[in-house]
Amino acid sequence: MDGRDVAVTINGVRVRVPEGTMILQAARTAGYEIPSLCFHPDLRPNGTCGMCVVEIEGVGVRRSCCTPAGDGMDIRTNTPRVMDTRRTLIELILADHAADCPICDKHGKCDLQRIGQDLGIREIRMAPKEVFSRRSDGGIVLRDPNKCILCNRCVTVCTEVQGVANLTRIGRGYTSKIGTAFDLPIEDSVCVNCGQCVVYCPVGALSSRDDTREVRRSLADPGKHVVVQEAPAIRAALGEEFGLSPGAVVSGKMHAALRKLGFDRVFDTNFAADVCILEEGTEVVRRILSGSPDLPVITSCSPGWIKFMETFYPGLRSLVSSAKSPQQMFGALAKTYYPREAGLKPEDIVSVSVMPCTAKKFEADRPEMRSSGFKDVDYVLTTRELARMIKESGLRFEDLADAPADELMGSYTGAATIFGATGGVMEAALRTAYHLVTGRELENVDILPVRGMEGVKEAVVPLPLPDGGTLDLKVAVAHGLGNARRILDVIRNQLETTGRSEYHFVEIMACPGGCVGGGGQPFGSTLGTRAERGSGLYEEDRTLPSRKSHENPAVQRLYETFLGSPCSEKAHHLLHTAYVERERVHGRAAG
Amino acid sequence: MTTSQIIRSLEPTQDNLLAILHRVQDANPANFLDQPELREVADYLELPYSFVYGVATFYSMFSVKPRGRHVVRVCASPPCHLMGGRTIRDELREYLGVEFGDTTEDGLFTLELSSCLGTCGIAPAMMIDGEIFGNLDGVRLREILDRKRREEP
Repeated sequence: MDGRDVAVTINGVRVRVPEGTMILQAARTAGYEIPSLCFHPDLRPNGTCGMCVVEIEGVGVRRSCCTPAGDGMDIRTNTPRVMDTRRTLIELILADHAADCPICDKHGKCDLQRIGQDLGIREIRMAPKEVFSRRSDGGIVLRDPNKCILCNRCVTVCTEVQGVANLTRIGRGYTSKIGTAFDLPIEDSVCVNCGQCVVYCPVGALSSRDDTREVRRSLADPGKHVVVQEAPAIRAALGEEFGLSPGAVVSGKMHAALRKLGFDRVFDTNFAADVCILEEGTEVVRRILSGSPDLPVITSCSPGWIKFMETFYPGLRSLVSSAKSPQQMFGALAKTYYPREAGLKPEDIVSVSVMPCTAKKFEADRPEMRSSGFKDVDYVLTTRELARMIKESGLRFEDLADAPADELMGSYTGAATIFGATGGVMEAALRTAYHLVTGRELENVDILPVRGMEGVKEAVVPLPLPDGGTLDLKVAVAHGLGNARRILDVIRNQLETTGRSEYHFVEIMACPGGCVGGGGQPFGSTLGTRAERGSGLYEEDRTLPSRKSHENPAVQRLYETFLGSPCSEKAHHLLHTAYVERERVHGRAAG
Repeated sequence: MTTSQIIRSLEPTQDNLLAILHRVQDANPANFLDQPELREVADYLELPYSFVYGVATFYSMFSVKPRGRHVVRVCASPPCHLMGGRTIRDELREYLGVEFGDTTEDGLFTLELSSCLGTCGIAPAMMIDGEIFGNLDGVRLREILDRKRREEP
């Protein structure tokens, strides 16, 4: 079977494709796009929507997303019969779809809208009927079952890619809907808020909480001093909302736009990412050199991963680094260190973050994230929300002149910027761990085995020890929670059978591709798009004057004037946290 | 048998899911699958809660809401319809005093619609719990329901 090709004719064009290729994919090779609502190249096809029908000579009409191209097949993708079938199907779907396009979050990015336009649907002969009450959730991930076309993409990504399996199809027939176990509201379920269902939804049935109004109100309040931070992954994706290609790095325009929106200080989460490396790197080095049984150290930057761990792997809590995520480190410093330096009152400061992530909204709302004495991060905007604010303000993003972030908490190194791609935190930490252990600098900072889109990456990194020996550091990187399960099951098994794991340091990111693939990023991405965004970050890393977190002068200043040293008592109070155990039905903290 | 024993009476393979759910529901005095039962089934078969809940809501023979002691399923398929099924459905609603999907106040009967029961030869037909009753008319219907009532302790 493997390696064999089949020859098919598509609309008269003869192409050869590997055996097992679905007709929909084969048609792309022949230069034809076949419309589909339920199919997504990253997900296993399920054939629910029927939009991708084609005519096969001598066989009849078939769904091309889940029919493999067979040798000698003569396939037509746009006969009158195919077109009529598609038009009827889309009419039927529209008859059960709340088509409030102008006020829909997915307007302009909606597959149903696009296909309906392409097929020239101008009339729906069956009157749409609303079956469900409008919004059924009050959390971060929001459903509108009236818009849902039951394509199952969200269920597939939640179950097969993320391994959370929170979503399922409930009931059947006209009143069936996508929901959770026991039909709990999403905010009361085991949902980890990763938002992958939102980015894979072909229509506007899934969306995320919008916090732009609160941010606007703070910006307009003369009594408030509003500071903003932007996560590494924003700069490699924000441009997509303005017609740039994925991976185009727009750090300068992003900082300029935020200043024009009226933020009093435009800082950068990358600064906090460098701080995070010093805290987490110190913790890693201490745990490894002290022979602690709590190994591997597992990264803690990804709040979707943290809630997942608290729900499904609470027994591994002691392995997870106590270091807060860069967002929350920044938040704690924005209301302690910053007002001290700037002569402001912390109660006047509003701290806003821009994140590629929907789970960051949950993280900022966690009750323990108040080490400054206030809510450390007041509002979290996604990349999409920031893009909307830029658009509604009438700013011409593409014409903005590049501007740097404000220095005090805005300078950053290349190590920080790669946080946004899978493997980036690992690579950044290793660059600094080398320095912490040896006192020397790593010459070649490119640690290639931990880069790329492979689901689980492993490497052995030789680390020279102060006593002259060498420690072979065994590391692993997983992105996407389904991949995380694979490595976690291995670790748990090793700990249960031998009391020790062979791994020293493990990076886990909830979303496929890392933060560049986050649930708050621009719609319409594939794993390919996510890889391009990641490449943009590695490119920025390559061009920055410093590529190691401990060399960041603004971070050095923070420790000299405020924190003392990494993992000091003050650093512990402000920059570290603890985790809870959650129940497996509703995801609430146990006890 | 306890619920746990019922669940463990079959091997923990996914293809036993429906059979286990049937056994558990049959043993539940309120004729439904409650949350602890669904969780225990899911844990036993190592399936996500959402998956087991999805299955339990997909099949009309299962219920995730409490039902009466007896479930009355009246056939709504064409052969029964042609033989006066509409009248039978109306009589049932009237005599029991509930709509389809609801349970009588005394908790004895839940009225449901069913697709073909496979007994078209004795249409119009209904099924109470596992037992089929055919050649129904208004009088026979009342007799059957009254007898069920009398059988109650």
